[in-house]
Amino acid sequence: MERSFVAKNPSVLVFLAILSLFTIAVTLLSEGFGIGVISTSFVKTLGKTLCLCLIAVAMDLVWGFTGILSLGHFAFFGLGGYMIGMWLMYERTRLIVVESLSQAEIPPTSTEVVDAIGTQIFGVVGSSEFPLVWVFSDSLVLQLALVVLVPGLLALIFGWLAFRSRVAGVYLSILTQAMTLALALYLFQNDSGLRGNNGLSGLQNLPGITASQDVVSIWFLWASAFALGMGYMLAAWIVSGKFGSVIRGIRDNEARVRFLGYSVEVYKLAVFTVTACIAAIAGALYYPQAGIINPEEMAPIASIYLAVWVAIGGRGRLYGAVIGAAFVSLLSTWFTGGQAPDISLGFYTIKWVDWWQVLLGVSFVLVTLFAPQGIGGLFDLWTNRRPPNRHGANLGPDDGSLREKEATE
Amino acid sequence: MLRLFFAGLAILCACLTANAQETGLQPILQEHQEIIAKSSRKTIKPAIDAIAASGLPQAQVMLETWAAKDMWMRKSDGLFFAGKKIEGRSYELTDFDTSEVVGTFEKSDLKQLKPNSGVRAMIGTALVQFQLTDPNRAKRLEALKSIQRDPDGALLVPVRASIDNEPDAYLKAQKQRLERLLTIGYDEDIAARVAAIEEMSDDLGVDVRAALNPLVVTTRKAATELPSDVNVALVLEPGSDTLPRAEAYDLLVANDLAGSRMSPGDIRTALAANIDGGRVAGTPVAQLNTDAGRTEAYNALAEAGSVPALVTEADIDAALGAHVFFETYTEPSAEVTAAAEKALEEIELKVGLNQMLDLMLDAISLGSIYFLAAIGLAITFGVMGVINMAHGEFIMMGAYTGYVVQQFVPDHTLSIIVAIPMAFVVTFAMGVAMERLVIRWLYARPLETLLATFGISIALQQLAKNIFGTQARPLTAPGWLDGAWVLNDVVSISYIRIAIFVLALTFLGLFLYIIKRSRLGLEMRAVTQNPRMAGSMGINPGRVNMLTFGLGSGIAGIAGVAIGLFAKVTSDLGSDYIVQSFMTVVVGGVGNIWGALAGAGMIGFLQKGIEWMNPSNTLAAQTYMIAFIIIFIQFRPRGIIALKGRAAGD
Repeated sequence: MERSFVAKNPSVLVFLAILSLFTIAVTLLSEGFGIGVISTSFVKTLGKTLCLCLIAVAMDLVWGFTGILSLGHFAFFGLGGYMIGMWLMYERTRLIVVESLSQAEIPPTSTEVVDAIGTQIFGVVGSSEFPLVWVFSDSLVLQLALVVLVPGLLALIFGWLAFRSRVAGVYLSILTQAMTLALALYLFQNDSGLRGNNGLSGLQNLPGITASQDVVSIWFLWASAFALGMGYMLAAWIVSGKFGSVIRGIRDNEARVRFLGYSVEVYKLAVFTVTACIAAIAGALYYPQAGIINPEEMAPIASIYLAVWVAIGGRGRLYGAVIGAAFVSLLSTWFTGGQAPDISLGFYTIKWVDWWQVLLGVSFVLVTLFAPQGIGGLFDLWTNRRPPNRHGANLGPDDGSLREKEATE
Repeated sequence: MLRLFFAGLAILCACLTANAQETGLQPILQEHQEIIAKSSRKTIKPAIDAIAASGLPQAQVMLETWAAKDMWMRKSDGLFFAGKKIEGRSYELTDFDTSEVVGTFEKSDLKQLKPNSGVRAMIGTALVQFQLTDPNRAKRLEALKSIQRDPDGALLVPVRASIDNEPDAYLKAQKQRLERLLTIGYDEDIAARVAAIEEMSDDLGVDVRAALNPLVVTTRKAATELPSDVNVALVLEPGSDTLPRAEAYDLLVANDLAGSRMSPGDIRTALAANIDGGRVAGTPVAQLNTDAGRTEAYNALAEAGSVPALVTEADIDAALGAHVFFETYTEPSAEVTAAAEKALEEIELKVGLNQMLDLMLDAISLGSIYFLAAIGLAITFGVMGVINMAHGEFIMMGAYTGYVVQQFVPDHTLSIIVAIPMAFVVTFAMGVAMERLVIRWLYARPLETLLATFGISIALQQLAKNIFGTQARPLTAPGWLDGAWVLNDVVSISYIRIAIFVLALTFLGLFLYIIKRSRLGLEMRAVTQNPRMAGSMGINPGRVNMLTFGLGSGIAGIAGVAIGLFAKVTSDLGSDYIVQSFMTVVVGGVGNIWGALAGAGMIGFLQKGIEWMNPSNTLAAQTYMIAFIIIFIQFRPRGIIALKGRAAGD
């Protein structure tokens, strides 16, 4: 350990510098704090994109570095959103209820207040009782703890079950996908206690804050940027040490690492759980900016898209994941938002709203086939880091990752 | 015995009155002239009853004429006739008793009787007894059906009377059955009812249960002591599980046997009504924000006498102790209710067994759908180890192929026969193209195959949306597949599901034949086990892989046609099945067709079983099923039927 963490990871400093510059620039251009060039809704989009970048970092950690293709991380993302959403919704409804009950002749008792909140929140699913899962929803601190604890615990239990029975490779992917589907279907029920397919709404209004959305959106942008910076540093720290070497070893040849005496399951479980927590934090920051969360968000397809972002950005390198998530999700917003100009072919007009998915799917296949390193691979051309010429020998099971150089650096 | 005597007397009286009125219909009509002319649903009943009870043959014609709004009243003398428009504004009147034409009258001299729909329904009921003996079989059947829909005690006698002269064997059986059911509900002789109940206690029909259930309906009551003149089903103990204290007390309140309790809302209202200068009975309003504070203020008010006193726990105990709580049958006869309870119990047992059978049929049918969806995957994933996330889209393409074929071939049977090979060809070609262009470059990288095929899947889904739109397209099954095979009132299964089951079995056979008996199957197995060795034996692994993948995709296309017949054909049809299909293959055991079969069977039975335990909630059933599968994988990570030895690969 003669060299410091930063010296070993020069990219972290560069990344943090770019992130801070970006945040400052957006703040100065925003409506809330600056000259108002960027609209508030676009600030929110940028803030949400930062959260997506954070979960992409988590995905890169678990897939690009450990080789576990998890198709369930968006479930943890959604769970984190639900946990913070419960407090936001409870507290906001409580303020409204207290306000309206104080008009009455007799001051309300605490049970009356809670009952009225219950009626307000669960009226849409034909109930007025608080389900058990809402038991801590009146406390911000506990609910913030749950943001990390609930997804972390779920990941721990699921991962323990899956890894100890040596489920690996595509089987694990399918199993995580099944878990996501089960969770989404469970939340779709009205009696799951989380308002069924209505989800939680009105999350953009922070209780007790009178500042306008212009300002709040910038606060969330700062929080998201801070979380992304921290998450990136944590991920860089994890992969840079001995732990990082072991998990890369697991990715490249699990059996060999096991024979060297490492407890592969513990390493995998640790990475799986930590990334689940990072994903949950990203979700807890994302949904107050989106304003609404419902089980649709947690459908298995969302997690596959996450893998798509990371693959396009370039897995096995953290900045690749960030670039991929930011690039694809912003491009997707641009195309599906109807801003992209239609292309007229004379006999047929290509409307991007209809054709964007086709373009994404096809380009994704092309990236997988011809540029497994993704966009991040361009940086290798720039820094002249090319894999050695192995005279046609097979690179192994996962040649999308940056394998040849990362160990020597 | 005495009751029997009175019953006999009543019937005798009825006969006598009928005889007395043999003089004709018109006197009866005149007797009720006023209410007939008014034709109001509320008052008309005695008139219709009297007409029906007359037993006159012309009564049927008269009632039918009345219901058809062809009955007219002569204003001069108030007599009723059947009217027929001849020319202009004049009508020809016919007498009901003699069927003779009375003469022609101007419309202004007449009044048309227009019974509303309520009255017409009552006339219809009265007509039943005539219709039951009508020479026309269709009319008799219709009358029977109308009684079955709406059974009534008054119809028991006409039904019973019409049995003996019924020539048609089927109708006779139906009438006998109906007579039994009406006897259960309405006969005056208790012994006859009990006998009928016992006779019908092995019948599974819904109508039997519908006849028996009203007999065992109970109501909860409370009284100071147990009355002796009611048919008591059960004496309840307040505070037990069946009758909690609160419910028992509410029952007393509802029967005016105790004073009502004040709910928190009532207390609040009472307090609000007694605010006096910012204080309630001396307590400042601001301190009324706890239940204790409110109770105290309320008690102070009660002492002052401005509100009724609160009911205390001691009051409740005293009130509960002073009363008995019991459930009574609406049906007064204890013998009948006991027999009905026993019969229902026997029927329940049989219904339960039959429901189990029905559930198993459902589970087999669901399993065969999953099997059909998964069999293509069993080839591509199970045999080749290629994760094809676009498998669901091949199913969708098959279904759309069926839809397109139906646009050109209108005959449903023929179009399905054409669509099946067409779907195979289309998806086979698609599969081969995909294997050649994408998958063969990724054999060494299974996770990336998953992602690349996912890319293809979203592109194909969106393409389908662009071409066919987002709304569901119909894929209509041929007429001979409509309807269901009904075993009894409980067990039935639709023909489409049977067809899918047969199709699944066919594919199982076909698959086994190809893998075990054909040249392609041999090469397929060789390439799967060791591609290099197979290559050196003169097999072209690339070609075999291509054909294998094409075969798996083609079967998915055919499955798509079958699934499209009962599900809606939309662009996300495939994604509904993809996770379940993978589950089927993984649970069953990869690389083995019997594994896929076992997996599909297990998932089908499991899902139906969970749905049966929690019937209102299919979402919950799916959730628990997936959770169960995740746990199942813990114990058999390689599926139900795991390959062993060299065939297992790694």
